Amino acid sequence: MDEIKTKLVDILKDVTGLDNVGTDPDADLFKDGTLDSMATVEVLVTLQDTFGITVPVSEFDRSQWSSVNKIAQRVQELE
Amino acid sequence: MHNITPYSSPHYFIYLLILLLPIIIGLWFGKRFKIYDFFATIVILITAFFGGNMSQGISLIAYVLFEMLVVFGYLSYRKKHNSFGIFSLFVFLAIVPLIFVKLDPLINNPTISLFAFMGISYLTFKSVEIVMEMRDGVIKEIKPFEFMRFLLFFPTITSGPIDRFRRFQKDVLNAPSREEYIELLRSGVNKLMQGLLYKFIIGYIFGTLLLPRVTVMAMASRGQAPLGLSWYVLAYMYVYSMYLFFDFAGYSLFAVAISNFMGVKTPMNFNAPFKSKNIKDFWNRWHMTLSFWFRDFIYMRLTFTIIKHKWIKNRVAIANVSYFALFLIMGIWHGETWYYIVYGIFHALAMITNDAWLRYKRKHRKQIPSNKFTEAFAIFLTFNIVCFSFLIFSGFLNTLWFS
Repeated sequence: MDEIKTKLVDILKDVTGLDNVGTDPDADLFKDGTLDSMATVEVLVTLQDTFGITVPVSEFDRSQWSSVNKIAQRVQELE
Repeated sequence: MHNITPYSSPHYFIYLLILLLPIIIGLWFGKRFKIYDFFATIVILITAFFGGNMSQGISLIAYVLFEMLVVFGYLSYRKKHNSFGIFSLFVFLAIVPLIFVKLDPLINNPTISLFAFMGISYLTFKSVEIVMEMRDGVIKEIKPFEFMRFLLFFPTITSGPIDRFRRFQKDVLNAPSREEYIELLRSGVNKLMQGLLYKFIIGYIFGTLLLPRVTVMAMASRGQAPLGLSWYVLAYMYVYSMYLFFDFAGYSLFAVAISNFMGVKTPMNFNAPFKSKNIKDFWNRWHMTLSFWFRDFIYMRLTFTIIKHKWIKNRVAIANVSYFALFLIMGIWHGETWYYIVYGIFHALAMITNDAWLRYKRKHRKQIPSNKFTEAFAIFLTFNIVCFSFLIFSGFLNTLWFS
């Protein structure tokens, strides 16, 4: 789980260009504007490549994918 | 007899509430009466579509049967196969009736608008959503009755808000608990009152009292200013924008309120859009169920495909191409006139500019002040850009220049 989170935070930093992503793993990434639709799609594609999981766009429910902890949880379930 | 547009007059609510009474009593005791729900739907559909010469009603029936063929045809295909070509074909088939209706004014051929009825767009959004989510494998099973109930849910049938199938099912498959239902009734009453204020008082003042006056004044002074753009055109812009918001937000509040009375949490369409701090913020607050539909089913899917197939490398270019696609489609959907298309392009450019500004701001975070005044300025600027886009949307410039 920790490994997933580390990789995930790296991905989020790469995509958003922000260094402080992940300082609060429960922060809502959509509400605070870290992720917009474009960044979300980039994260999804990168997650697919990194973890070998498939996440169709309609599986992506914003309430279930809104924080570092929640995304890591979903990735672990899908892996 | 003539067709009765839902929520178009205060009287409508009296009859509607009488019709809803058995549903409300049932939900109060934790029960849904399937047969009565069906009966109520038929009553509303008859008053809305069969009151006049029945052509709308016949179109509606033909449309629903056609969409059933498309959706269940794709479902049975998808259980065995999953090709992109077939999926695209079915999405295209699902929008064919809408394409015919939208092209009609362009080619002036009354015979092809066979499918025209009030609300066809909103039903089409729902059908396309279902086909797309079947392709993604998140909708695996759907019964013909469930499809019809979702499509023909009468509080939202003519103009949305656009609900999503899986969300809707969660509500209709269960009855809310007594506490939940009391909360829904309370929020429904609040929304109904707010809607009455918005649509029949504020919307009436702007749309029925003020708008015709500024229209006459702007038309009368068009010879006195370059391109006819007198100060009255500016007045028209603000009056029209206020009318558009209060009328549509009022209607949307009715639709959500009536849904709530029926134990369904139909999503809200507006969230204080004139408080938006930038144009992106605006699209997260204005006609939300439509903009989220376009975001989820056009923008995100398009960017996903572009990135996955590496068609374009540069992420800014990907975002911009997708904005253009989204807003052009939105413009075309509104209708085949130059001003709807320009409205779409205008918003695409506004989004692209906004993104560029946000990137610049991110790089120069320390040099750019951010305080109450910059925020007030941002809201003021966004408001005016939005109102200007509504002036384009209104078609008034077309009247001003070409009639």
